[in-house]
Amino acid sequence: MPLGHYLVLSGLLFAIGTAGVFLRRNLITLLLSVEIMLNAVNLAFVAFGRAHGHVDGQIITFFVMTVAAAEAAVGLALVIGLFRHRESLNPEAFTSLKW
Amino acid sequence: MATDALLFYAFAGVTVIGALLVVSQKNPVYSVLSLIGAFFGLAGLYVGLEAPFVAVVQIIIYAGAIMVLFLFVVMLLNVPREDAAEWDRSHPLYRPMAVRIGAAMAVLLALELGWALSRATDIGGAVNAEPNERISSVAELGEVLFTRYMFAFEVTSILIIAAMVGAVVLARKRQE
Amino acid sequence: MVSSFIEFMTSPMTIAYLTIVGIVFGGLQIMAAVMVYAERKVAAFMQQRVGPYRVGPQGLLQPVADILKLFFKEELRPKAADAFLFTLAPIISVAAAYLAFAPVPFGAPTDFFGMLPEKIPVQVSDVNVAVLVIFAVASMGVYGIVLAGWASNSKYSLLGGLRSSAQMISYELAYGMALATVVMMANSLSLREIVDAQQGYWFGFIPRWYVIPQAVGFFVFACAGIAETNRAPFDFPEAEQELVAGYHTEYSSMRFAMFFMAEYINMVTVSAVATNLYLGGWHGPFIPASYGWIWFVLKLGFLLFVYLWLRWTLPRFRYDQLMSFGWKVLLPLATINLILTAAGVLYFGGY
Repeated sequence: MPLGHYLVLSGLLFAIGTAGVFLRRNLITLLLSVEIMLNAVNLAFVAFGRAHGHVDGQIITFFVMTVAAAEAAVGLALVIGLFRHRESLNPEAFTSLKW
Repeated sequence: MATDALLFYAFAGVTVIGALLVVSQKNPVYSVLSLIGAFFGLAGLYVGLEAPFVAVVQIIIYAGAIMVLFLFVVMLLNVPREDAAEWDRSHPLYRPMAVRIGAAMAVLLALELGWALSRATDIGGAVNAEPNERISSVAELGEVLFTRYMFAFEVTSILIIAAMVGAVVLARKRQE
Repeated sequence: MVSSFIEFMTSPMTIAYLTIVGIVFGGLQIMAAVMVYAERKVAAFMQQRVGPYRVGPQGLLQPVADILKLFFKEELRPKAADAFLFTLAPIISVAAAYLAFAPVPFGAPTDFFGMLPEKIPVQVSDVNVAVLVIFAVASMGVYGIVLAGWASNSKYSLLGGLRSSAQMISYELAYGMALATVVMMANSLSLREIVDAQQGYWFGFIPRWYVIPQAVGFFVFACAGIAETNRAPFDFPEAEQELVAGYHTEYSSMRFAMFFMAEYINMVTVSAVATNLYLGGWHGPFIPASYGWIWFVLKLGFLLFVYLWLRWTLPRFRYDQLMSFGWKVLLPLATINLILTAAGVLYFGGY
């Protein structure tokens, strides 16, 4: 498969993730959309690594995955905390700076 | 059609459809499940790119751990579906000025991406024409990870510990 | 096109591979049925009862009667349940259970008594990251349980599902650590190579099985394996007394049977992996290598018996005991074992 196909797919996934972040009004779905974006980047890394015959592309995906895991853990902890306060997951419910 | 092209389009289709379902579902449980489906598609693509270790790690870490965490939180909070009326009221797409600027930016971004891809010269060559033993070897991967990327690896462990402590502190019930 | 397809399908190699797939698929189903019978008979033996004895000689046809009963029961689905996920959950469970056995070898490479031009490995697929694949597929099984708990829309089911996801994630860490230790000693991720590394004897009579240098690892693996399959004494997701059967409270008929089957197949898979990793797989004295699968089946049967033995010997833990055991005993133990093994492998320059 040509490298371009993988890059187009990666761009498409990134666009879908971005659209999710902008369009959805649910904190959990926002986090899921961010995961899609991270995975789009991972795909590009692995494809580039394969094209150049290096393992470095694969290694960077491990770092991205660890960051994603850390992000999900902290993000979900925040979501639980916010939900306890407002009984809502709509980001618009958290626009005030203080409560 | 060659087998690898067929497999590429099949897995790419699974991934894209899964991703689309994630952002179009109203129910977060279905969103999480669609994302798991998309991850399986990606794992298939990684196998096609001769990265079986990344494919398996993708399943273990993403589908097996992070997504279980998401599902756990969704079930714990019993998250309500997005209410259509609230969606209309609070959604940024219903603010005219923001919409115009945002749409213009999106179109620009898409144009730029297309322009960049059309001008790139060496992306037409096949990625996986001939098999490369070195790329798919787990031993090689470990060797590079623990020599050249040693520092990054160690820093990641600090990140993980910080995230773990942070998550525990944030999610703890406050004594009041 | 068609003729080349027919030629491919009728070549001895293809038929041999398909035979192995058939053996695994049918074998797992038969094992599940045998385990249903064995579970009842062993329970009866331990409680000084007779056990099933009316259906067939010695009650041997009991599993058949059970299956027929489950077939003809009415399919019930709570009105408030999520219809799609309610049906999907048992399918995920049983599919993950079958899939996890795919990379597990159960005999020395064979040429089917000389009928094939070359020897083929006795497993569905010989992947070079087999250990990780099993780990990955096993972690998919949790979705079946969690989704069943959520989709049933019942409090008991939800509690069972939540308990199981917390339990399985906690014990997966220790499980993975135990796997990594063996991988390090064998210097390979392929189960076939790990088994072959355990060939031979120390001092001429002690088999070189990893269970001897890795007794701690085997203990961790066994505990985590029992917790992963949700068996007693770690059977919290379905604790009858507190959760009225937990995640499958609302299930009946064939949907329930699929969960039931998945549980038994998972037990078989964990036992088979333990046999390969720690007990030398198909290697053993007295039986020629080409009949190694007899050893494999014997070891597998013993481990499955231990499962039943534990169930009728140990009472169930409390939930907080389970969590503190997993995080404060098993995980540190596995980590220390991993570090010591790494040091040993470095010092002795391989095993």
